[in-house]
Amino acid sequence: MTDRAQLTGLAVTSPAALADDVLVEVGLADRVAPLATAIGTLWVAWNGRGVVAVAEAADGPAAAAEHAARYGRRAVLGRTLPRGLASAISRRLAGDRLAPLALDLRGRTPFEIAVWAKALEIPYGEIRPYGWIAAEIGRPRAVRAVGTALGRNPVPLLVPCHRVVRTDGRIGNYSLGGPHNKRAILAAEGLDPDALEDDARRGVRLVGSDTTKICCWPTCRHARRVAPQHRVPFRSLREAATRGYRPCKVCRPVAYEAS
Amino acid sequence: MPPGRGRVAVAVRPDATAPPPGVFSLVMDDQTLALALAQDLDAAFEPLVRTHADRCYSIALRVLGNPHDAEEVAQDALVRAYRALAGYEPGRIRDLRLRPWLATITVNLCRNRARRAVGSTTPLDVATAGGREPAAPRRDGPAAQAEASDDRERLAALLGALPERYRVPVVLRHVSDLTYAEVAEALGRPEGTVKAQVHRGLAMLRGAARDAGLEEVTP
Repeated sequence: MTDRAQLTGLAVTSPAALADDVLVEVGLADRVAPLATAIGTLWVAWNGRGVVAVAEAADGPAAAAEHAARYGRRAVLGRTLPRGLASAISRRLAGDRLAPLALDLRGRTPFEIAVWAKALEIPYGEIRPYGWIAAEIGRPRAVRAVGTALGRNPVPLLVPCHRVVRTDGRIGNYSLGGPHNKRAILAAEGLDPDALEDDARRGVRLVGSDTTKICCWPTCRHARRVAPQHRVPFRSLREAATRGYRPCKVCRPVAYEAS
Repeated sequence: MPPGRGRVAVAVRPDATAPPPGVFSLVMDDQTLALALAQDLDAAFEPLVRTHADRCYSIALRVLGNPHDAEEVAQDALVRAYRALAGYEPGRIRDLRLRPWLATITVNLCRNRARRAVGSTTPLDVATAGGREPAAPRRDGPAAQAEASDDRERLAALLGALPERYRVPVVLRHVSDLTYAEVAEALGRPEGTVKAQVHRGLAMLRGAARDAGLEEVTP
């Protein structure tokens, strides 16, 4: 019998990776791989639908196990991110908001997604208060809920919730390892968190230019262009308005009053 | 004639009941699987993959002859199956006959791939098991014959050299162990046509074995 080849004998076992590849591609399993960032190594989980999560972990096996427990899907640990994904992520982290990067946000609420989508509009190296997001998504009274939604952001850094700060101007908390990480990321984007908080403590919420009579959030690129001799600080939009300043159409400061 | 003259039997086992290689704990029969898919696609899709990955891969490998292409085609076929199922009504999923349905998807992807490969300058990986250009069968190429490392690979090479309209039905019927009715459904041809093609394909295979100097042992 050994020298007889049968057609049924030509059925073969599929490569070991095939099933995982299929399940990852359709989003029924995720891959996990490390990503070097300004705050150390983070672990990215993704599948064929998009990036699922960015998280801290002690090491790869811990990252995979914690991801699997949180999402109820198998997590396949990889050594590196695929080249296309790595380049899209690095472009995003460098401030290119248009770098195409799909996110897998299945199971999230429309409110959460609206909050995260709005956070994506905040440019690299700029910050906005929670109240701005609430106003922009048409839920001006939902400031606390905005904070909660940002705290649940599964893809920190990719959705830049670190660019959203407390309404009183303090940098505030951060889901990814705590407030020191938030300050470190903002510093890596060229901001000075201490100086921003000092300004806020002195009551500076907005900055205007006495040549254009336009007022902005202090980190708006138009505010930062204003020469020191033309720079006018305001405590509120109302104060700016009474002095004849209109809100910037780019950063759109909202009519909230710091409580 | 290659050294160490081999003997190849083009034998088939119509009653083949042995499970395909690679038995997983998640393997389920097709009716149970279709029912489970109709109820909860995401929960039941992994069992579908575990049950059918080997079959899809075997079809692709024996139709295309190239392990790399076969892996891509099998993966693509299963991903397409998931996306199609996601758009189907539960009733339609329940009524699916998964083996012929998946075979159709796999065979169509193999055809697309073979069509694209025509005129391709990709070098043949003759060292790999069954590595051949499907568009350019060389039934008596001495190199291809010499590379076949054992009877199984000799037979695979001969099978790969059959014209597609015979090769695909033979693969589905005798490698993948589909019934004639399932092969007919998978290929959208009448059962009589499929039977004739399988018989003709087997006859050509035996003839090719003889031409290659391989002694036929059993019909």
